[in-house]
Amino acid sequence: MTQQSLGEFEELVLLMVAAQHDEAYGVTILEGLEEKLDKKVNISAVHVALKRMEDKGFVKSRFGGITEDRGGRRKKFYVITALGKKMLDAQYDLRNSIYKQIPKISFG
Amino acid sequence: MKSNPPKLPLRFFRWFCHPKLRDSIEGDLMELYEERLEQSGKFKADLRFIIDVTLLFRPSIIKPTEGTQTLNTYGMYKSYFKIGWRNLLRNKGYSLINIGGLALGMTVAIMIGLWIFDELTYNHYHKNYDRIGQIYRKNLYQGKIETGNILTTGIGTLMRDEYSSHFEKVTMVRGRNEEHVLGFDEKQFTQVGYFMQPDGPEMFSLNMIHGTHGGLADMTSIMLSQSTARKFFNEENPIGQIIRFDNKWDLKITGVYDDLPKNSVFHNATYFAPLDLFLNGWSNLNVWDNYNMHVYVQLANEKNFESASGAIKEAMLPHIDASTAASNPELFVLPMKDWHLNAYFENGVNVRSPLMNSVWYYAIIGCFVLILACINFMNLTTARSEKRSKEVGIRKSIGSVRGQLIGQFYSEAFLVAFLAFILSILLTQIFLPAYNQIADKDMTLPWREPLFWLGGLAFTFITGLLAGSYPALYLSSFNAVQVMKGTFKTGRFASLPRKVLVTVQFTVSISLIIGTAIVYQQIQFAKSRPIGYSREGLISLHPRSPEFQGKYEVLRNELKATGVVDEVAESNYAIVSTLGWNGGFDWRGKDDSQNDLTFNINRVTPEYGKTIGWEFVQGRDFSRTFPADANGVIINETTAKIFGFENPTEEVLIRNRDDNREEYKIVGVIRDVVKGSPFQKTDPCLYFFAGGDEGWLHIRMNNKATAQEALPKIEKAFKKIVPSAPFDFTFADDDYTAKFKAEERIGTLASIFSTLAIIISCLGLFGLASFVAEQRTKEIGIRKVMGASVASLWQMLSKDFVVLVILSFVVAVPLTYSFMNNWLQHYEYRTNIPWFVFVLTGIGALAVTILTVSFQAIKAALTNPVKSLRSE
Repeated sequence: MTQQSLGEFEELVLLMVAAQHDEAYGVTILEGLEEKLDKKVNISAVHVALKRMEDKGFVKSRFGGITEDRGGRRKKFYVITALGKKMLDAQYDLRNSIYKQIPKISFG
Repeated sequence: MKSNPPKLPLRFFRWFCHPKLRDSIEGDLMELYEERLEQSGKFKADLRFIIDVTLLFRPSIIKPTEGTQTLNTYGMYKSYFKIGWRNLLRNKGYSLINIGGLALGMTVAIMIGLWIFDELTYNHYHKNYDRIGQIYRKNLYQGKIETGNILTTGIGTLMRDEYSSHFEKVTMVRGRNEEHVLGFDEKQFTQVGYFMQPDGPEMFSLNMIHGTHGGLADMTSIMLSQSTARKFFNEENPIGQIIRFDNKWDLKITGVYDDLPKNSVFHNATYFAPLDLFLNGWSNLNVWDNYNMHVYVQLANEKNFESASGAIKEAMLPHIDASTAASNPELFVLPMKDWHLNAYFENGVNVRSPLMNSVWYYAIIGCFVLILACINFMNLTTARSEKRSKEVGIRKSIGSVRGQLIGQFYSEAFLVAFLAFILSILLTQIFLPAYNQIADKDMTLPWREPLFWLGGLAFTFITGLLAGSYPALYLSSFNAVQVMKGTFKTGRFASLPRKVLVTVQFTVSISLIIGTAIVYQQIQFAKSRPIGYSREGLISLHPRSPEFQGKYEVLRNELKATGVVDEVAESNYAIVSTLGWNGGFDWRGKDDSQNDLTFNINRVTPEYGKTIGWEFVQGRDFSRTFPADANGVIINETTAKIFGFENPTEEVLIRNRDDNREEYKIVGVIRDVVKGSPFQKTDPCLYFFAGGDEGWLHIRMNNKATAQEALPKIEKAFKKIVPSAPFDFTFADDDYTAKFKAEERIGTLASIFSTLAIIISCLGLFGLASFVAEQRTKEIGIRKVMGASVASLWQMLSKDFVVLVILSFVVAVPLTYSFMNNWLQHYEYRTNIPWFVFVLTGIGALAVTILTVSFQAIKAALTNPVKSLRSE
């Protein structure tokens, strides 16, 4: 976690990119997140997160073909990189290991 | 129907978005827009679109302002400063001369700036600065219009009573400050202060620490400055305490005010007492023939000084007698802003005052010194240009355009100027106390004033621009190919501008030095003027106490009995005072043009002449052995010239007083005693006989004892007869020397500035000489191998500079001569400009130049040629 950090929202976006493997672009990521989180997410936040993670090397992008329905604008598809996947794994392991340390707590 | 998102936000988005991201994000926005259009209608879709676009306006999405260029220019400037800094560090000697010289120049400029600021903000302390004026009077005197501000009480009262539509407040103040003895318990001090009407403290917005502005309403009250109050009561609140005034009056303290700043009109007021107290018993507020008041007014709202002046112009006429009216007196108001610098009148016309002139002189000197420092910078930088020409060549061939090189050299200049500015602020802070003492001012650096810092930065910027422009423009003009090939030669005329600048520098320095020398010459000339009496061992005091009355004989005997006193005398004024003027005298052969002549009147006891040691041209001194001397008069040479008698001691003088004709026999004629300014002609004086009780006591000590031994004895004798008055004496020598204060201040400041100017110039010359020597190392080496002697090399290296200095001298002499000749015209008693001043300055400047240059020249000439030829 020292040299490369991953914010909370960035982690969510990265997870979504990974989940929608090879089919993820701005709108699908946005809709996927809105569905899972059950709240409105702003497109600008998604793009900022994507740009940052691309700069950090967690995702890479490619342009799709030109289609009719977007007024002729190309889609920019995002794919998770090996580094990004490693990062996710590390995050997951970290959380898991700490979670496992939780003793049995009874509430009530 | 196909609907499009709102155009304006879309265009805005396209404009700010980073080109790499634009297409894909816009696609996403469009997709979302269409979706929302279907789901929730156009309005909501538009709204969401606008929100999205607004939220996208953030740093990671916005494109950089000028594409990728911004980063590069930033780096460029950074590198300019870095290179500049490295250059400074590499050439420590040059940098020191450069920055030090510039800092010195700036320090002088800042100090002069402070001085000018102080002069221009004179009286700004008073809150009603814009509304206060002083009444002035013009009238004819001996065919010329005189302008003055000493008025009668009647005028003040008239202003108050009949012109209240113009003046909100009118305050009369005794026309000169008064020294009086203030006493409380055992403490007694002689203090300077003013008598003022009750409106004054509010009008002049005194800052009250204790009490109110209305403190002078009662005749037996007094207001003290904080420093005076401290003298008596330390930190206690003194309100209600009783001050013994001249051992005659008991005055209740009704207020304590902050000391007034030195640059305000009442700066020396250590107390204000009611004017009524001054007038009590001998005069009143409606007198029209005694001129002893200053009248200050505060304009009513919506009135201006012009209309007020117009209204009061002829106000005096109904109240004065025919002979006064014949002198055509007119009144006008002078606004406070003009009191200090613009209150100088010649024949009734307001002309530029000598003080204003000196403000200009100082401003010019400041500019010159700064220019000298800038010239140093220019010279050293251009001289080093050949060393840096390769750098310029490389920069040019890798793509620098000229503009960028100019920028680089400017930024170096700014760096140096900024360092120099910081240094000069430090220097100013260090030298300010000494400077304040010389200039007799209270200047501080206005640390908290944003304007000062803004001004300082602007000033640094201008200096940088001034100093850096020549090198920037010159260095950047080099041809890259020539420079790189090494065939670049600066050419015959490359050093010409440098030579011109050095000449200018030395012209200014030499002019300043000659000017200073002449100022000193004038002071010395006036100091060695025969003054008509002997100052050594003479002390004077002005005992203000009723106990002093009628004790002349007793006191004289007591003092003489101490054995250290030769003679004692009294007079009505101090020896060096020019107070007391009267007309109304007649003499044989007087013509009509002399009708309104006035004379300086003195009343002296018969021992006065012996005490101060005056010298007789004709006749004899007063003597108690001739009772007729009580109706005698002694005149000075100037008066004798006016009378024009062949044998003055056989003539009489008629004094017309209150319809009486008094006859006075002229007893003797003395050499002129210098009473007023030693730079002016002596006034015509008359000395009348007085028996005693004249206020001023003069004591001539003999040389049997030193002053340290004699003074305690004299004090003891004095205290025995007059225990209630403080023994506050002054030496006649000090009183006389005080008259040179203004001129000596000019002399001291001028000599400091011109010394700095010559130091700055020499610093530059030193740097330049060392550079030239360094540049010609190889030449010198070869010459030495071929057999040149050290002397001839030294001569070769010094010659160029010596020629320049001689040239400067030739330019400076006529300039200074005409300027200083003009300056000397201000003085009636003036020296001629002696030729040896010029010669000595010329020789001095030459000697300093040769010394400065020789150090480097001899160093270069002494180096072993093997070393210099082997390098590279």
